[in-house]
Amino acid sequence: MISLPPPNQQTLARRAEIVAALSAIVPGDGVISDAVRLKPYETDGLAAYRQMPLAVVLPRTTEQVAAILRYCHQNAVRIVPRGAGTSLSGGALPMEDAVVIGLMRMNRILEIDLDDRLAVVEAGVTNIGITNAVAGDGFFYAPDPSSQLACMIGGNVMMNSGGAHCLKYGVTANNLLGLKFVTIEGEIVTIGGAHLDAAGYDWLGLITGSEGQLGLVTEVTVRILRGPEGARAMLAAFKGTEIAGAAVDAIIASGIIPVALEFMDKPCIHACEAFAHAGYPLDAEAMLIIEVEGSTAEQDDLLNRIKAICERFDPISLKVAESPEQSLAIWKGRKGAFGAVGRISPDYLCMDGTIPTSELPFVLKRIGEMSEQYRLGVANVFHAGDGNLHPLIMFDANDADSFRRAEAFGAEILTLCVEVGGCLTGEHGVGVEKRDLMTVQFTARELDQQRAIKSAFDPQWLLNPSKVFPLQAAAE
Amino acid sequence: MNDLLAPADEAALAAGIGAAHAGREPLAIEGRGTKRGLLRPVQAARTLSTRNLTGITLYRPSELVLSARAGTPVPEIEAALAEKGQHLIAEPPDTRGIFGAAEPATLGGIVAANLSGPRRISWGSMRDHLLGIRFVNGAGEVLRSGGRVLKNVTGLDLCKLLAGSYGTLGVMTEITLKVLPAPEATATLLVQVPDVAAGVRAVSAGLGSPFGVSGAAVLPGVPILAAMRLEDFAASVAYRSERLREALVAFGAVTLLEGEASRAFWREVRDAAPLAARAEEAVWRVSVRPSAGPAVARVAEALGGRALLDWGGGLVWVAAPATAAAHGALVAAAAPSGGTCTLFRAPEALRLSVEVLPPEPLPLAAIAQRVKAALDPAGILNPGRMRAGT
Repeated sequence: MISLPPPNQQTLARRAEIVAALSAIVPGDGVISDAVRLKPYETDGLAAYRQMPLAVVLPRTTEQVAAILRYCHQNAVRIVPRGAGTSLSGGALPMEDAVVIGLMRMNRILEIDLDDRLAVVEAGVTNIGITNAVAGDGFFYAPDPSSQLACMIGGNVMMNSGGAHCLKYGVTANNLLGLKFVTIEGEIVTIGGAHLDAAGYDWLGLITGSEGQLGLVTEVTVRILRGPEGARAMLAAFKGTEIAGAAVDAIIASGIIPVALEFMDKPCIHACEAFAHAGYPLDAEAMLIIEVEGSTAEQDDLLNRIKAICERFDPISLKVAESPEQSLAIWKGRKGAFGAVGRISPDYLCMDGTIPTSELPFVLKRIGEMSEQYRLGVANVFHAGDGNLHPLIMFDANDADSFRRAEAFGAEILTLCVEVGGCLTGEHGVGVEKRDLMTVQFTARELDQQRAIKSAFDPQWLLNPSKVFPLQAAAE
Repeated sequence: MNDLLAPADEAALAAGIGAAHAGREPLAIEGRGTKRGLLRPVQAARTLSTRNLTGITLYRPSELVLSARAGTPVPEIEAALAEKGQHLIAEPPDTRGIFGAAEPATLGGIVAANLSGPRRISWGSMRDHLLGIRFVNGAGEVLRSGGRVLKNVTGLDLCKLLAGSYGTLGVMTEITLKVLPAPEATATLLVQVPDVAAGVRAVSAGLGSPFGVSGAAVLPGVPILAAMRLEDFAASVAYRSERLREALVAFGAVTLLEGEASRAFWREVRDAAPLAARAEEAVWRVSVRPSAGPAVARVAEALGGRALLDWGGGLVWVAAPATAAAHGALVAAAAPSGGTCTLFRAPEALRLSVEVLPPEPLPLAAIAQRVKAALDPAGILNPGRMRAGT
């Protein structure tokens, strides 16, 4: 269990005064302070951790956000920024002595410019909302985290979210042009804009993925891209995880960069098939979903090349979608993977390490051994092209010992990821979940350097407290 | 020439910076010094160079990852990649022509300047493919950020902070990049357009097509040309060239460059060769909203200069008389769309007398000062390189 520091009693004692001040900034129904209405905010996508916030404030404008931050800064009140609350690492977990600033009411699309291929949106617009707004013209916003129906662009920026298609299109950081950023002092600054390369330090790059440690983002200028003529998926099933890994290597080595290259192991195939009836091969040890783009003839050409490569690896089955409907069916199981595992286990923890792809067979073998050692099931689903692993550790939250073992199992997997040359988190963020593992990846000096940069933005450490950085050594 | 320190390894480089930190002695930081003429000159008695930190330290083609020491010449990296049929995604410009440098740039220099070429419009900049760095901060500490895997959001992203910081925040010693397979084939469609604005509309139509345009430039001249590149498997390039031609004929007569002719064309665009900057002229890179590019090009012409538009119109290279008035006019031309104007090359007197980079809003300037102090407490790394007094 990750420890959270005891709340600041002075702040708790000033609660009524803080709520009154926030209500003056966001009048009407903009502040929530009663227990019943605060309850939905007590957790995020990492539901094992819960804390009631001091209060929730729901601004509608950047100016209100600035005024809230100014007040909190002047009065030393801590802040937890929140979008849709879908973080899987506890990035939006409230603190008892902190005000949650929820940006969901800032949900307007301010500008769409197809000629310059950009959209300006407020932080509370959902990820899919951006694509929906431009899809009629054949455009899309590329990063597609699995929570894209709910998650908001502001949260995507703060966590530098990825998705299944980033092998080709990159992650959030690669698809942004500008931000409206509010400093802890309540200053509103424009970073970047409608142009590609801003001069000077890359604030856009530093803020993206900073997990709410540096300031708040209220508006985002994203790049939108014209979609391909079409896309189609194929499925390839193999007798061993090592063989599937070798097939992935061979595909990449052939010069083809599929738009998506997903890997599932046997437990995951079974869970997904039971859930989605997608026609997955139940006798396979590993399965790849490979998607390509282009005209029908281009898709045929690429899929034939990939098929020929897979045939060298003695596949159990190869199934090429003959239509967009068949592609959807292939994807259906994968997209429902988390839900499918949720059906066979009361609870699960979703890990998010990244490894060099050549280490895949070794890492999967070790995860299998750990699964026996910790007496907990695990299903692996994996963005194979970029080495981003999502082991789903199954446990029962009503059994404290099972939760303890699940957390220890997860920590051991992530430590292994770092040991083989990878990292703790590929797209979910450190949040509260992986905070104490940061010392596995970074030296004390490296963490101190990051802390010093955090202090340059937030000298009192009021922003998203008790996350990202291990507590013990926190200087401030 | 001032004193040159060229340590043989990272430990010696860190010791050198540590000593300079202790003695509060400013250091000019460079690779092979090919971009000394870029931005502002540094006032320092000693220069620290990464030129002896060379060599590729890791290359895994099937993992799309390459690491090299910062002083490795870029052509050496390009050659190693080409041997395995891969390439640097951001296609960084070779600035030897512009700066009159004899030696090739180092990887560290290209990343520290975050210089990207034509493919930036569709495949991202140098910093977008920067997976990890080892660097020495201004206190002489050896630190890492990122790693060698393609997806990594662990901790603050200091890779992006250091890319484009021109050696003012730390000295990179080793750099890990994502690389990609080089395309099997390439072709370029050249559309004759009546004016630059029509050219930007044409490339905008190309970039808004589903055919994966990976270069989009407008070359003023006679005739004015809008150029769009396709890169893929040969059958795809053939098919897409035809479809793109159909989509573009409305803008003007279309001709096709294939194979080596297409590659040579984009090398020239990448290096701003069509700009034909004369020795006495200054060179600017103006980054604007693409549809605002033509207005910048008009200002360049009014100044008696020339423009070359890349990135769909969003990057305007300008060559014009090296005067403060010309600089002011281009800064003003970038402003309406919120863009930025960088004085890329100029005589030292001009570089010292104007703001070579646009100033930052005050709250950000204050943060920048604190971030600089967090990384380089004694202010010894490349003082004044980007802005006077910082």
